[in-house]
Amino acid sequence: MVGVAAETIKAEVRKLDGRVPESVVKEVESLLLKVSKKKAITHEQLQRVLDATVKSYLASLVEPGEAVGTIAAQSIGEPGTQMTLRTFHYAGVAELNVTLGLPRLIEILDTRRTPSAALMTVYLERPYAENKEKARALAQEIEMTTVEDVISQMEMDLINMQLVLSLNRSRLRQKELTPSKVAEIVSSELGSKTKVVLDETKLRIKTEGGSLSELRRLATKVRKIRLRGIKDVTKVVVKREGNEYVIYTEGSNLAGVFRIPGVDKRRTTTNNIREIEEVLGIEAARNAIISEMMETLKEQGLEVDIRHIMLVADIMTANGEVRQIGRHGVSGEKASVLARAAFEITLKHLLDACLKGEEDKLEGVVENIITGNPIPLGTGAVRLAMQGGNIGRE
Amino acid sequence: MRPPRAIESIHFTLLSPDDIRRISVTRIVTADTYDEDGFPIERGLMDRRLGVVDPGLRCKTCGSGPRDCPGHFGHIELARPVVHVNYVEPIFDLLRSTCRKCGRILLSEEVATKFREEMEGKKSWWEVSDKVLQSVSKVDKCPHCGEKQLEIKFEKPFTFLEGKNRLTPQDIRARLERIPTEDSTLLGVSPEIRPEWMVLTVLLVPPVTVRPSITLETGVRSEDDLTHKLVDIIRINQRLAENIEAGAPHLIVEDLWELLQYHVATYFSNEISGVPPARHRSGRVLRTLSQRLKGKEGRFRGNLSGKRVDFSARAVVSPDPCLKLDEVGVPEQVARVLTVRTRVTSFNIEEMREYVRRGPKVHPGANWVISPDGKRYDLRYADREELAKNLEPGYVVERHLQNGDVVLFNRQPSLHRMSIMAHKVRVMPGRTFRLNLCVCPLYNADFDGDEMNLHVPQSEEAQVEAKVLMAVQNQIISPRFGGPIIGGVQDHITGVYLLTRRGTLLTKEQAHQLLIEAGVTASLPQPAVVRGGKEYWTGKQIFSQLLPKGLNITYRAKICAGCSKCMKEECEKDAYVVVRDGELIHGVIDAHGYKALDKCELLDEMVREYGEEVTAEFLNKVTRLSIAAARMLGFTTSIDDEDIPPITKERIEEALEKARKRVEQLIEIYNRGELEPLPGRSLRETLEMRIMEVLAEVRDKAGEIAEKHLSLANPAVIMARTGARGSMLNLTQMAACVGQQSVRGERLSRGYVGRVLPHFKPGDLGAEARGFVSSSYKEGLRPIEFFFHAMGGREGLVDTAVRTAQSGYMQRRLINALQDLRVEYDGTVRDDRGRIVQFLYGEDGVDPMRADNGKPVNVSKIVRKIIGVVEED
Repeated sequence: MVGVAAETIKAEVRKLDGRVPESVVKEVESLLLKVSKKKAITHEQLQRVLDATVKSYLASLVEPGEAVGTIAAQSIGEPGTQMTLRTFHYAGVAELNVTLGLPRLIEILDTRRTPSAALMTVYLERPYAENKEKARALAQEIEMTTVEDVISQMEMDLINMQLVLSLNRSRLRQKELTPSKVAEIVSSELGSKTKVVLDETKLRIKTEGGSLSELRRLATKVRKIRLRGIKDVTKVVVKREGNEYVIYTEGSNLAGVFRIPGVDKRRTTTNNIREIEEVLGIEAARNAIISEMMETLKEQGLEVDIRHIMLVADIMTANGEVRQIGRHGVSGEKASVLARAAFEITLKHLLDACLKGEEDKLEGVVENIITGNPIPLGTGAVRLAMQGGNIGRE
Repeated sequence: MRPPRAIESIHFTLLSPDDIRRISVTRIVTADTYDEDGFPIERGLMDRRLGVVDPGLRCKTCGSGPRDCPGHFGHIELARPVVHVNYVEPIFDLLRSTCRKCGRILLSEEVATKFREEMEGKKSWWEVSDKVLQSVSKVDKCPHCGEKQLEIKFEKPFTFLEGKNRLTPQDIRARLERIPTEDSTLLGVSPEIRPEWMVLTVLLVPPVTVRPSITLETGVRSEDDLTHKLVDIIRINQRLAENIEAGAPHLIVEDLWELLQYHVATYFSNEISGVPPARHRSGRVLRTLSQRLKGKEGRFRGNLSGKRVDFSARAVVSPDPCLKLDEVGVPEQVARVLTVRTRVTSFNIEEMREYVRRGPKVHPGANWVISPDGKRYDLRYADREELAKNLEPGYVVERHLQNGDVVLFNRQPSLHRMSIMAHKVRVMPGRTFRLNLCVCPLYNADFDGDEMNLHVPQSEEAQVEAKVLMAVQNQIISPRFGGPIIGGVQDHITGVYLLTRRGTLLTKEQAHQLLIEAGVTASLPQPAVVRGGKEYWTGKQIFSQLLPKGLNITYRAKICAGCSKCMKEECEKDAYVVVRDGELIHGVIDAHGYKALDKCELLDEMVREYGEEVTAEFLNKVTRLSIAAARMLGFTTSIDDEDIPPITKERIEEALEKARKRVEQLIEIYNRGELEPLPGRSLRETLEMRIMEVLAEVRDKAGEIAEKHLSLANPAVIMARTGARGSMLNLTQMAACVGQQSVRGERLSRGYVGRVLPHFKPGDLGAEARGFVSSSYKEGLRPIEFFFHAMGGREGLVDTAVRTAQSGYMQRRLINALQDLRVEYDGTVRDDRGRIVQFLYGEDGVDPMRADNGKPVNVSKIVRKIIGVVEED
């Protein structure tokens, strides 16, 4: 018996396009092609596979009216009780701390502006990704170095009212800096009002005016002056991952890293969702929410279908900006006064609603529970009017 | 009963003084409530026109009794206006942004028009008003009349100052009156509301039904907090009015006015910062309007979002392995109280007559009869014979709960939808609710005193919905990940393992005994072994009797050691499970077969191929079979399961000693300053990490040594390895060594300065000093170790407590944010406003419950079935 040709399989499978999701079409095609090499497939069998695929897909669809929101919320909330509270080390990179488990999940839903442990994963482009030295050099460029990091001591010379910084040569060398370079940066940062004099490895900084409190203020300012690297990136670690080198950073500044040549902008990412929103846009933020949540749950060994998480990410980003799950975001912007009042800050919502003359159309769940009506989900979503008296009559 | 009316929408607004007078049935003038005879005083706070709460009385307004009278509002005419405390901020905004003379908004006409246009036709027009408020510049001259503006200050809680002068509520009201409506709208006040309504001249008095008084057993009447507050208001109001009338000095009037303001303010909210809360005579803080609405036990969350219900019961739960998966055992006492409304038809009339005759005291009886004209007969007192005789179609009988009725069963916290499921009633003796063990993981129930709730759906619609949508069988697959979550627990796993492992041979009597206990009546297959003229069956054969014909599956059991080279069918542990055509050919059944919350390969396949009914039936049978098998084959565990021979003990001791030495070495290297720090860590951190590493290693090592003596012949090991209960770590902690105790993921370090306990030298970093427990649970912990263990244990307890609170709040927020979403008929997901959140649910429209491992279609299974090629991975 001769089976159908590979071309026929391809052509027939393509007919599924639009009837089932693309991923399924692809899977059917590749599997059939693989099988057809081992065993002849008859035309009839091919048809039956395709029919069965469509049937199976249709059977797996959600039913209209399904309360997908509540199911998603339960599916994410219920395993929350089984999660750990502690923060552990990042898998593989013992040097960096990362928030995990329930606190991380809450952090994502809160969309905090700064996560408690901001972290970037910086992927590199070709020459840098393969060469350890080059990757290291790039990491050096990224890591933020402040004056504090390169001095061995800072004195306040009260007689001359000046600051005397002793630069540490070995640290400077490590950071690829020279005393003159440091002097240059410091003087340009402080502006023309201060005088910076370099004396071998001693850096003397003098200001006009010169009260003691001013000198103190100057000292704290000088310490924090950034000599090189990217703002907020406090620690970098170079790791080999597969066949390339990847830089992990503590502290996150996506926009800054993108400006550095050699950084792979397509794959480099951060765990700060707000930052992704600002730098890469709302779609990227949605994907970041999904992947961060999936990872957090997976790391805890909890299995949650990605569709639930997508729904959460979608409602958080549906407005075009990332909204928090809670009173300052999704819940606070509900259409219904009663729903808002029943959640949190009851009085404010009621009082404001009165002043604005708002109307509650009772279209959500909470409002209908409050008024004692069936909720508009599931069997309650069906609106069907029927003349009861005529049942059973000819 | 009045015909129920549907509420279409709720409109929020402020009441004008005229509105208040219009809806009021009487003006309240006297502060006294009752006269000497205990009758309500006319025009007092308990005026009968405001409605009635006491039985036997009739409302003077609507004429109905306490059950039907909804209550009616009254009003108080305030002698002087007072500010509504909850609206001081909007009032401040309005005063600041309008002219003190002409009342116009302090914006040029052009700018104002621009904002007005922006508001035009906008649904949430008030969003613009935030911008307006910001852009109202601090002009010192009105752009409309040129009047010079003075700075207005607001002093909490309710004082307004203009320059140095205090603005009285009267002044404020006058100013607000001058604001034209189109300007107040710009400032965020609805066009239908006049801003001056925020300064009260008339106070609405709620009906008595809102503030019922309680009569104590002693006959003393105790008034509601609101009534107390209203009494205060009326008293002061009266005095104020009298003083004004008498032309009292300005100062006295001012003081009384201020006092009236205070009482009205605390009537609305008794938690205003800067205002001492109004108190009851006993010193208790009064609970006024705001407090009634607020918070978890307030009106909204306590009474409106969650309500109390009838037809429910609560009792302790206990297990009953003989119950079916979808049954619940209900004590007869409960069944006699809970009733089901049953309509009498020509089909059930005789049955109903019998129930009525038996009455409320004998179990399958009835408690009430309702005639077609709506009259209720209490069967405790009615002539039951007579009623039974008169029963005819159209009557309704509230009969006792009986076997087969559908009820909802629930255990808090209701974290997911499986926390409320529909069961079938099984009335039985005893005083507890009984349930099948397989549903325990879903409810997260155990039997250490857990209580559960039971609800009886009353209408036919509710009963059918419960049966069709909420039945236990429908919940076998979790919507969370699309796999089975109902399955065997504990002994169910052990029993089946004992039965299906190699070498279990059963005589004919034994085989029959097991099958009949499982509820299988089919005849035995051919015996597997005939020895000495006697026939023997393997446990696998017996187990196979429960499997549906045609079931095919291959997987690795839990006991699989993960050998580098899998022997497949020849696995010496029998961990390679092969089922062909409903026949268990190789392998043992354990946690990976059908344990709840585990991998559940067998169940997974069964649900997908044969559906939920078959699976539920399988679970019913297999659990009984496994318990019977465990009883027949014998299974017991005790402390000496963890016995290890002295030689092994010595080897463990050696390993521990070595580790101790190694730790000391590390500390020495550290003290000498020769320790190489890990990148990005301090020396101290590095040392800690290295020590922890060494100690964790030695615990595992000790475990390994002990494990060599813990074979699958050991019952405790059987439980651990098959996944029935416990883990190997539990066992090695009992047998060999407990290991390092930790707080916050670090070794113990806090307590005294530089040491945890005074038994050590300060700064001692050794293993013993920092919480390493080298004893095993079985030999017992030394006192110091015991203390360390308690420290670690305490953290675990605190952790659990904190976590429940945190995750509870997270779930509440998630639910609130997502609950209005639903799938529409066009496949989109929309919220309550009809806004699209997803164009196709989950990007492929697939229900996670029906998806196969997250994928819409299991292609390889289809191909395998139709073409027959099985590609082994």
